[in-house]
Order: sequence, then C-alpha cells, then structure tokens
Amino acid sequence: MLSASIAKKVAMALSGLFLVFFLAQHFTINITSVIDPDTFNEWSHFMGTNPLVQFVLQPILIFGVVFHFIMGIIIELKNNKARQKGYAKYAGNKNSSWASRNMIISGAVVLAFLGLHFYDFWVPEMIYKYVEVNEALESRYYPELVHKFEDPIRVLIYVVSFVLLMFHLWHGFSSSFQTMGWNNKFSKGLQGFTKVYAIAIPAGFIFIALYLHFNQLSH
Amino acid sequence: MKLTLKIWRQKNASAKGAFKNYNVEDVDGDMSFLEMLDVLNADLIDKGEEPVEFDHDCREGICGSCNLQINGRPHGPKRHITTCQLHMRSFNDGDTIVIEPFRATAFPVIKDLVVDRSAFDRIQQAGGYISVNTSGNTIDANSIPVEKENADEAFNSATCIGCGACVAACVNASAMLFTSAKVSQFALLPQGEVEASRRVMNMVEQMDKEGFGGCSNTGACYIECPKDISLENIARINREYLKASVES
Ligand code: HEM
Ligand code: SF4
Ligand code: FES
Repeated sequence: MLSASIAKKVAMALSGLFLVFFLAQHFTINITSVIDPDTFNEWSHFMGTNPLVQFVLQPILIFGVVFHFIMGIIIELKNNKARQKGYAKYAGNKNSSWASRNMIISGAVVLAFLGLHFYDFWVPEMIYKYVEVNEALESRYYPELVHKFEDPIRVLIYVVSFVLLMFHLWHGFSSSFQTMGWNNKFSKGLQGFTKVYAIAIPAGFIFIALYLHFNQLSH
Repeated sequence: MKLTLKIWRQKNASAKGAFKNYNVEDVDGDMSFLEMLDVLNADLIDKGEEPVEFDHDCREGICGSCNLQINGRPHGPKRHITTCQLHMRSFNDGDTIVIEPFRATAFPVIKDLVVDRSAFDRIQQAGGYISVNTSGNTIDANSIPVEKENADEAFNSATCIGCGACVAACVNASAMLFTSAKVSQFALLPQGEVEASRRVMNMVEQMDKEGFGGCSNTGACYIECPKDISLENIARINREYLKASVES
C-alpha cells in the first residue's frame, strides 16, 4: 500500500484537499467573530458540544493533518535522495515557482503554527471541557478569542504563518487536481478558482487576526 | 567573442571530480555550443591535455544525447532546443558559462559531462511497447482506425527523445514527464489498450526502483523539454495508474 510514488502523491493530494475543505469551514465560523460575536459564540458552542463534531469529525481531522504532514516528510526525504549531488549553479526560478519547489518549507511553517494554534485554543478547550469538566458556557468563546489576539507577537506569528499557507495553497490546491489525473478543458477555470481561494482564505484569516487585535486597542 | 568556461571534470565514475576553468577565444556567434566545445577540445589536445568528454551524436536535435547543464539549466537558456541546437550568439563576450553534467542519483556520471541514462532504457523495457506478432503475418497498422485527435496526441508524446532534461531540471530529479510520455504514446491508441494496466504499473515500478523522485507538479520539466512534451501526459499517467490500481 502506498509504496509507489504516484500512490503516495495521490494520498497527499486527497488529504490536502480535505484540509482545504476544512479550512473553508473554519474560516466561515471565524469570520462571524468580526460580524457578530453572538453568532460566533453560538456556532463555536455548537462545534464544541456536538458529539458528531467532537467524536467523529475532530478525530478524522486530526488524522488528516497528521497523515498529510507525515506523508509530506516521507515524500520529501525520498525526493531528496533522487539528487544526492546538487548543481553548482541552479536556475530553478527560470522554470518553476518558488512555492512549487518549497512545499516542505511552507508546510513546516504551517506545522509549527498548528503547534501554537493547538496550544492556544485546542489544549485549553480540552482541559476546560474534559479535564476540569466545567459547565459549557456559550458566552466564553468570544472573550477567549479576543484575549489571544492582544499579544502583538502572536498576531505577527499568525500573519507570517498565513502568508506561508498562501504559498502552500497557491501551488498545492491546483496541483492536487493534476495529481489525481484531472487536466482537461475545465482545468483552466478551476485553476483560477484555486488561485483565488489560495489568496483569499489566508488573507481572510489575517484580516480577522488584525481586526481583533486593533479593535481592542481602540477600546 | 571570448568566454570563460567553468567545466566539471571527473576522471571516472568513482572519482571525486571538480570544476576547472578554461578560457576560449575566437568564439563565433554562429557556432553551436558543441562546436565551441570542439574548439576547446582541439586546443586541449594540442596542448597534450585530456579533452573534455561530452555526449553527442546527431547534432540536429533528434537523438537526445547532448545533455549538458548550462548556467543552471538543461540545454542552456533557450526553450524547445537541445544543446546541439544552441548557438553561441545566445551568449555575450566576456561571459562565464558554468557547464555541469545532469545531476540525478539515477543518472550517475561516467566521465566529465557524460552521464549514464540507461535507467530510461530500463523504464522503457518495463512496458514501453506493444506485443505484436512480427513473424510474417503482421497486420497493417492502418487497418485499425484511430481518432485524429488521439493519433496527434499520441504522436506528440512519441516525440520524446529521452534526453533527460526533464529529470535534470526537476527539483526532485523526477522522471515523470519522460515516463508519462512513453505511457501516453500507447495509452491513446487502441493497439496500446490491451496491455495498458500492466504497462503503467510496471513502468512506474521501474521508475521508482531506479531512484528517480516523485512529481511535485512544479512544471520545470516541460519548460525545459526540447520537444515541448505536455504536462497533460503527467495527468494521464496518474489517471492510468489509478485506473490500473482499481482494476487489479
Ligand atoms: C501540517 C503541515 C503541512 C505539511 C508539513 C505539508 C507538507 C506538504 C508537502 C511536502 C506537500 C507536497 C508534496 C509533493 O510535492 O509531492 C504538500 C502538498 C499539499 N498540501 Fe500540504 N502540508 C501541510 C499542511 C497543509 C494544509 C493545512 C493544507 C490545506 C489547508 C495543505 C494542502 C496541501 C495540498 C492541497 C497539497 C497538494 C498535493 C498535490 O500536489 O497533489 N497542506 N503538503
Ligand atoms: S520528456 Fe522532454 S525533456 Fe524529458 S526526456 Fe523526453 S524529450 Fe527529454
Ligand atoms: S546531439 Fe543529438 S540531440 Fe543533440
């Protein structure tokens, strides 16, 4: 299973597409924090207490992330072995984009970010709910969110990480269709969509972080 | 024009190798890159030095043997040509040109700029053919009608000359463009359908076994390909591979 290079790459594309789908869903919830805090609380509460989300979708998501980055590292190591001695002069920018050649770098930054993100939100939430077994107060989500974005260093880390995610998706999202063998007369249009998504969604997350940070400074 | 050449010299497959600088004078803009190297070699032989070993044969862009990495790009700075089709007018007086062998674990250096590309032959032997009886009762190929579009596409794929520029350009030293062209030239024809599953499985297996990297879809291969082999071939080999996996 998954021993062939193509099989590995298809698994990479499928897990990547799953994460792309998840990212859109995550963004939809987060953007409500800018529009209406009550809606944000309500939706967060639903996601945090619904057993289907908590015990089925959440484990699938964690598996998807872990699978994707472990497979990414395996593929990278194998690819590195294919050229043990490099070129003295290498003009990679003449024939390909930086983003496409450095998926492991943008991926590693996103992985480091996910570590911070889990520490920021997921770990406290798990302790709150399942260790201390507190009452699931619906109103707690928004204040917690705002509190996290007080620290300008954290906001800066978020911004940098999402810029690298832009690079990752700029290449990765459209590349995944080619990987799955899909390259036909519709591909051009689809490519356009993937590029817009790759910029817009991470830019949206950056906007939310900056908004929450500067909004509380002005109060 | 006068040029400085920074050339990779390596005595044999197991030697360490290093760059050596050479000055060439009186280079004419109308010389091909290989002719420029001929001039250098004639000079080296006159001086009693070992000439620079490089691969070449047809010198008209059809055999695919003149593989050199020139200033960081396979076959030099221009698109859709091989090194033998590159002319010195693409360079300027006083330039320093870095000339290296193609670098890939699956393409070991034999001597100086010459690499062993027999890995490509073994991929081809793993399935890049159709099994037909050629012992007297051959059937005329034209007796099986083929759609014009498919025939053209198959022909385009078949124009791959196995030069290895795709591997040389790729960050992963992947042979996917080459292998996908060799799979596509049959996958599009009714004659190739019979062995389609076996072909793609065996050729991909051999490609991996030779130590080529996987495809990250950077697209460097088709930019550097002298024959403009399309990336659609790579989508096709992925598709053929998935189809064959599901079938088996
Ligand atoms: C957790 C850290 C991550 C790491 C270490 C990582 C690593 C990688 C690597 C190395 C590749 C390229 C594989 C190749 O070139 O063959 C890749 C592809 C991809 N990644 Fe990630 N990634 C991460 C997170 C993400 C996230 C969060 C998303 C989406 C929101 C994502 C979406 C994709 C997509 C769509 C591809 C394209 C697959 C293809 O080219 O067919 N990745 N990832
Ligand atoms: S696909 Fe292009 S670059 Fe690769 S071997 Fe064939 S002709 Fe050369
Ligand atoms: S020598 Fe044959 S292609 Fe250049």
